[in-house]
Order: sequence, then structure tokens, then C-alpha cells
Amino acid sequence: MSAISINKEHLKLILEDAKTSSESIVKETVLAANEDNTHMQMIVEKAAEKTQKSAKSQPSAMQIKITDFFKAVIPPVFGILMFLGIWTLLSHQQPILPGPISTWHSAVELFSHPFHQNSLDDQGIGWNILSSLQRVAFGFGLAALVGIPLGFMIGRYEFMSSMTAPVISILRPVSPLAWLPLGLLVMGAAGPAAIWVIFISSIWPMVINTAVGVSKVPQDYMNVAKVLNLSEWKIITKISFPYVLPYMMTGVRLSIGIAWLVIVAAEMLNGGAGIGFWLWDEYNASNYEHIIIAIFVVGIIGLLLELGLSMLAKRFAYE
Amino acid sequence: MNPILNEATTPALSNNTAKVTERYVHIEDVGMQFVTKKGTFEALKNINLSITQGEFVSIIGHSGCGKSTVLNLIAGLLQPTTGNLFCAGREIAAPGPERAVVFQNHSLLPWLSCYENVYLAVERVFGSETKVQQEARAYAALELVGLSHAVEKRPNEISGGMKQRVGIARALAMEPKVLLLDEPFGALDALTRAGLQDELMRIMQKSGATAVMVTHDVDEAVLLSDKIVMMTNGPSAGIGEILEVDLPYPRKRLELAENVQYNHLRSEVLKFLYERHAKKVA
Repeated sequence: MSAISINKEHLKLILEDAKTSSESIVKETVLAANEDNTHMQMIVEKAAEKTQKSAKSQPSAMQIKITDFFKAVIPPVFGILMFLGIWTLLSHQQPILPGPISTWHSAVELFSHPFHQNSLDDQGIGWNILSSLQRVAFGFGLAALVGIPLGFMIGRYEFMSSMTAPVISILRPVSPLAWLPLGLLVMGAAGPAAIWVIFISSIWPMVINTAVGVSKVPQDYMNVAKVLNLSEWKIITKISFPYVLPYMMTGVRLSIGIAWLVIVAAEMLNGGAGIGFWLWDEYNASNYEHIIIAIFVVGIIGLLLELGLSMLAKRFAYE
Repeated sequence: MNPILNEATTPALSNNTAKVTERYVHIEDVGMQFVTKKGTFEALKNINLSITQGEFVSIIGHSGCGKSTVLNLIAGLLQPTTGNLFCAGREIAAPGPERAVVFQNHSLLPWLSCYENVYLAVERVFGSETKVQQEARAYAALELVGLSHAVEKRPNEISGGMKQRVGIARALAMEPKVLLLDEPFGALDALTRAGLQDELMRIMQKSGATAVMVTHDVDEAVLLSDKIVMMTNGPSAGIGEILEVDLPYPRKRLELAENVQYNHLRSEVLKFLYERHAKKVA
């Protein structure tokens, strides 16, 4: 009996040494130890060998964390460095194109006074960004206000769907800027015209996604509504709307992406204030660094809008 | 086990033994045709069936024989091409809360908690009561099916058996005159199914409500029913035979396994399904 206990002790020590040993080996060896004492030594040696092997081949948790970190970080860093490299190379080939370093210095200077205001044409980049965002908010907000209920009706009633289909199919592929002259003509001012362009070009994804969502509400849920004899209002608030919400959020995300794409172009043509106008203005003033800064600003804000809405959409997802 | 079926919360369930009506649910010469791209398809023909108040009736048949169609007709989700259906003396024209349905796939709304799913039904049927009374009804129904611990859970957080219990609670909370069950345990594993069958039997005994259940499980039909309606194969399916199950209550699964009469009834159903109306394997 004492021999068994000593051997078990020995075994335990070995197993504790190799912390990463798998459970199956532990079970196997402990079971064997209980059953047969004569083979003990051999099994213990075997187990020690096995666990040492696995200790060598399996990295520790810390090591895994470190490799995961590098796996996640190295490719993007590499991509950015390559991008900067190509940019530098191009700016050396074509000296009129500002390189990364001069752009960086210019950006530092620019962002040290983001909200200065000398005249209407000379205000800080912060103001320009804000006025662009404001326009997008107006145009996009109006589009949501009209587009989402419209989508609901199209999805709910076959007649509405057939009625609107030809008009939507024709208007949807029209380039956003094609709407600008019409806006200027009717509204008579640049500001409302820009909002109009955003409205008309960002409304479609919301209409279509909402309609698709509503038309896909499972018949099972509608049967529940029928059996419970729910009112039309209850059907909308308790069944259609929660079911459609994820579809709708996809539409909203696509729409805001389009709105942000369109604003730059619309402001370039329109003038006034805004990041698109500023980009064009800086081009005319030969501040070429600022053009590149504007491109980055547009990209980063677009990304942030997208991320924000993705997070909002996740919050509304029920599964 | 669940002593909540008291008069305060469920008055209708407890006093319906007073007067028993025959032909409580009545199906008269019902035929059902569906218009498809390939032309009209006759699913049901000449269906005549009477269900007495408080009876538990199972409809059994091979898949595609139109048993669910019969249930949907009673529910009012479908309208018959010919013939009439009556419930408690009134023609069935549309779905209504007096004929609650337990759906095969539970059909719970995934964005509402178990409690909210049941409350949605209570709110509609007992709109004239105070909020406190309505809430009590919803909780009572969930307690009846043994789910007091999971009221705040969403359907995707609970097991298949529990979802089906919520479905049953939702139907019972409406205090229906007729409970319609469409293969309620079809999607569950055998052990869960047995547990829920026992529980359903207990609940139905307590409430005394009329029930119609569609099933393809012979044991389930014999165990739960007072009457088994066996349907012939479609197209143009009809009622082949009606088997009276006069086994005494309470029925115990284990004792019945040795019971001569139970086994006789069981083999009657099997003979109908696999000898006289065997379905060719497609």
C-alpha cells in the first residue's frame, strides 16, 4: 500500500511540474495507478515524457496572448507603413504633392486652432466639420422621417409596393449630384439645395431595407397576432417594428454612409462653409497639405459615423 | 404542485364543469381546396366531427393528410371552401382568443421576455381588468407550467421544452373555450416530451377545458385523449375512424404500459395507420 501512495505522490509532483498537461493524461495515469502497482514506474515515466512533450509544444497562456496581440497589430501597422512609404515615394517623384511629414506638421498647426474665426471664408476646420455634419443631420434626418414610414407602408401593403416600384426603380440609380441643379432651381439657395441632395440620395436604402424587413415578418408571428386578435397598433409596436429594426438599422447605416459621401461633392459645387467647400478653397489657395488633411478628416469622420451606428444597431439586435 | 388555479385568478377555468354541452365544437361537411399554380388541390373532403365540451380530442394521421388544416380551420386562420364550423353555437368566422393555439414551433416573440409574451395575450383578452389583475394572470399562467423562475428570460435563453411551456402558458392565460395544439411536442426530445405530456394532462384535468391536438405520435394520442380522430391519406383526406379512449383518469404512463386496454387501443391506431391506410414512402 505504501508503495502505491509513494508512487502516486511522485506522479502528482510530476504532473504539477508540467502545468499544461492535459486532463486526459492525468485521468489515465491516476486510474492506472489505482489498478496496477507493478506497471507504475513505467507509466509514471511515460506520463512524464508525455507531459513534458506537451509542455514544449503548447505555449503558455501568456505566450498565446502575446502572439494574438502581434497577430492583430502587425498586419495593420505594416499596411499603414507601406501606405506612408508609397506616399513618400510619390511625393519625391512629384514634388508638388506634399509628403507625409509636411502634411503632419501642417495638420498639427491646423488642429491647434480648430475653432478660430476670422471671416466667413477663413474659419477653423472645426467649424467646417460642424457645418457639414449639420447639413448631413438635416438631410439625413428628413430622409429617415420620410423613408422609414414609407418603407413600412410599402412592406405592409402589396398595393403600395407595386405602386411605388417603378418610380423607385428609376430614381434610385440617379447620381446624387444630378439632383443639385434641380435643388438650386426650386429652392433658390445653396444651403437647402445641399440638404435636398442628401435627402434624395440617402432615402433609398432606408425605404428599401425597411420594406424588405416588413415583408419578411414570419407568418408564424402574424398568426399569433391573429389568434390573439391584436390591434393594428399592437401589431406594429410589438411585432413588425421589433422584427424590422435590424433591417432598418442596416438601411440607416448605408444611408448615412451615402449622405457623408455626397456632402463633400455637394459642398464643393455649392460653396459657403463645410469640409467639402474648405477642401476646394484650400486647393484654390494652393495649400496642398490641407487637401490631404481634408481627405483624412472626411475618411475618419465617415468611419466614426459608421462605427457609432454599428454599435447602436447591436444594441437593438434581439438575438 | 401548482396551487394557483384558485377562483380569484381563473374563475372561468374552475366553474366550467357545471354544464356540459355536446357538439361544443362542430364541424359540418367541411371541404378545403387550395388554389395552387398546378390548379386546385383538394386537401379535405366531407369532414364531420363533433366535440363535446371538456373533451380532449387528438387528430392523428400521416404527414400531409391535412390534420393541421383541420386545426387551422377550427382556429379560424383558414376559411373552409365548403361547409361550416361552429364553436359554442356560433359560426367560426375569424381567429379569436376563445380558441387559443399552441403552435408547433412555439412562435414566441424573441424580443419579449417570457412574461411579456404571456402578458400580450392577457392584455388583449382581459383589457377591462386592472393592470394588477392582468399581471397576476400572466404570472399565474407561467407558474402553472412551472416557469416562475424564468419569467424575465427571453425565449432564446431557455430550452426548447421551456419555450413550448411558455407557448402553453400564453394559450392558457387567455382562458380559452377551446385549446388547439398543433403538434405541440413534435420538435422536442422524447424525455422532455414525456414530461410535458404528463404536465399537460395534469393541467387539462384541472382546467377541464376542451382541447384539440394534432399529433403523429400514437402513444401521445392514446395517453392524452378521450377520442382519437384518425384521418385517411390526402389528397381529399377525410376522417377514417374515430376511436373512443375510455381509460380512467388519472392516467399513469408506467402503469398503462402494462394495461391490456391501453395496448389494445394503441394497436388499433397502429393498425389503422400502417395496415389500412399505410402511406407509400415517397
